[in-house]
Amino acid sequence: MASLFYIAAIVAVLATILMLTRLNPVHALLYLTVSLLAVAVVFFTLGAPFMAALEVIVYAGAIMVLFVFVVMLLNLGKHTVDAERPLARPEAFTGPGILAAILLFEVVFVLARAQSRTFVLAQVGPREVGLSLYGPYLLGVELASILLLGALVGAYHVGSRRAQGRTGVVRSDRVRVAAGGDLVRAGDDRSSGPA
Amino acid sequence: MWSIIRSLWLVLLHMFWPRFTVQYPDQKPYLAPRYRGRIILSRDPDGEERCVACYLCAVACPVDCISLQATEDPHGRRYPEWFRINFSRCIFCGLCEEACPTYAIQLTPDIELGEYNRQNLVYEKENLLIGGTGKYPGYNFWRVAGVQIEDKDKGQSEREAPPADLRTLLP
Amino acid sequence: MNPTLLKIVVILVILLVVLNVSALLIWLERRLLALWQDRYGPNRVGPFGLLQVVADMIKIFFKEDWIPPFADKWVFVFAPAIIMITVLLTFAVIPFTPLFQITETNIALLFFLGMSSLGVYSIVLAAWASNNKYSLLGGMRAASQMLSYEVFMGLSMMGTVMLAGSFSLRRIVEAQQHIWFVIPQFLGFVLFLIAGIAETRRLPFDLPEAESELVAGFHSEYSGMKFGMFFVGEYLGVVLISALISVLFFGGWLGPVLPPVVWIVLKTLFFICFFILLRAAMPRPRFDQLMSWGWKWLLPLSLANLAITGAVVLARGR
Repeated sequence: MASLFYIAAIVAVLATILMLTRLNPVHALLYLTVSLLAVAVVFFTLGAPFMAALEVIVYAGAIMVLFVFVVMLLNLGKHTVDAERPLARPEAFTGPGILAAILLFEVVFVLARAQSRTFVLAQVGPREVGLSLYGPYLLGVELASILLLGALVGAYHVGSRRAQGRTGVVRSDRVRVAAGGDLVRAGDDRSSGPA
Repeated sequence: MWSIIRSLWLVLLHMFWPRFTVQYPDQKPYLAPRYRGRIILSRDPDGEERCVACYLCAVACPVDCISLQATEDPHGRRYPEWFRINFSRCIFCGLCEEACPTYAIQLTPDIELGEYNRQNLVYEKENLLIGGTGKYPGYNFWRVAGVQIEDKDKGQSEREAPPADLRTLLP
Repeated sequence: MNPTLLKIVVILVILLVVLNVSALLIWLERRLLALWQDRYGPNRVGPFGLLQVVADMIKIFFKEDWIPPFADKWVFVFAPAIIMITVLLTFAVIPFTPLFQITETNIALLFFLGMSSLGVYSIVLAAWASNNKYSLLGGMRAASQMLSYEVFMGLSMMGTVMLAGSFSLRRIVEAQQHIWFVIPQFLGFVLFLIAGIAETRRLPFDLPEAESELVAGFHSEYSGMKFGMFFVGEYLGVVLISALISVLFFGGWLGPVLPPVVWIVLKTLFFICFFILLRAAMPRPRFDQLMSWGWKWLLPLSLANLAITGAVVLARGR
């Protein structure tokens, strides 16, 4: 299990570095996905299969797919690769590199101190996760769910077509509604911006 | 919801219906005598070529798959020197048959024109010419047309009056 | 026998059987569709046209393996492999019989969910890498369809998980000794069936492909064996979902008289045929209809199913 852990960890680190250095955004996202999958394997080797499964389902399976989806919709071409190029110069990595080196040093230090201990402390199955979520951490779960509900309502409000006449409506929207369709007449309300 | 279940059930019941497929190579479909299939060139009842090489079929052809060269025998009877139909272009529309003034070019109920080599679909005159009269058995263009040929002088055609003698004034 | 060796044999057998069955499914589907449309289907190559699949395979292997010059080459090559990998990996957790299971784990269902959500990448990346507008439209449809149907697919299975008290598929089957879960969990079964069709992108939910609108959707640019991978991957998905339905709701290998392996094969085959019947009978919905059904009807229904099942389990436990 220990060797599996180290292999997965190295894969995760390498994939993350490659993610940072890719110029093509979709390739970078793919490396990020690989990194998340490697982290899932790390969870598994540490005795948390439920966490590993959730990592795959939620992060790699849902959130990253949405990222890829959005990037696909942006219709990025060769010009984005050119635009990314100055950002990916070695100098740009000095600050993050130093910070990451500090973290790396800490991790190595902790691992060196704790080398005698075994990795797998206990198998944390779905039952344990559920019990602790709805036992001691119930308040946290409820807070998170309220936050998500707020986000949901907000998203619904932003996406709603019947936002006419309420606050936060830009004038061009009103023009569009008044015109009775999705088309804004030429020259109408182009320069003034939001009212 | 109910309509979905109903259509699923009805489609399932089709298991017990007879099949409509005609098992083609084993079981030939009926092709009418006037079906528009492979093109042939027919002959007169007396065995001569009907085609007078008038080029009307080549002009009528919408895909330009017919080409020929006209020539004459010593007695003034026109016939094609060569006649070529490219069946890889032909769309079997039958316009050549309609254009033909002598019933020479005809479409036949033969649809099996598959070839592995595209060149084999270019039919020359010897491939096109058949021995018989095709769909119009009694018709003989050269016997009704008032043209002079080897064994038929002017005025000898069917239902043709003898030619007027230009040198006499008698009615 | 050596347990490792035994495991390898089991893996090889399952791999061979599953791959061959999914290849044969191509033949079965064409024959059954023909039967329901009053035709014959492939009946020329070999007995009953059985060798049609072999002929198709030979053709597909010898086709030109073309990568469009405007495509993103590596992603384009990699995308069809993902769907095969994810679907085949999921077969590892399916308990075909008590003996015939590659790995027994207490997160088997979650593993299935994770793999099926990774399967979306195959479609999305194939669509993006093709660099083609039709492909991209298909990929976008696939991403949104599969993401939204995955949500209540997971929720619809949770009823059975509650009744069995475990995520382990073997435990779920063993909990159905007395009564198949399709009876207490009928709503869950229907929801899972719908989500399963959407996950495998089969008709009537084949909007990512939608050959009448989008050429061939996400695999418009694919040819040869790379297209074959998508093709076989789809049938593998059908086998997988059918096997899962029979395991989750129809008692898996349990059944009287006949040996367990026959039962699971019969049940799986029944659902495969049902998938094909759906294809024969159903029209394709519009994309916005699909999405609004998913979010406005099926998700609340699965939540209600979850809540009711939870309440009943809790009341019984008292």
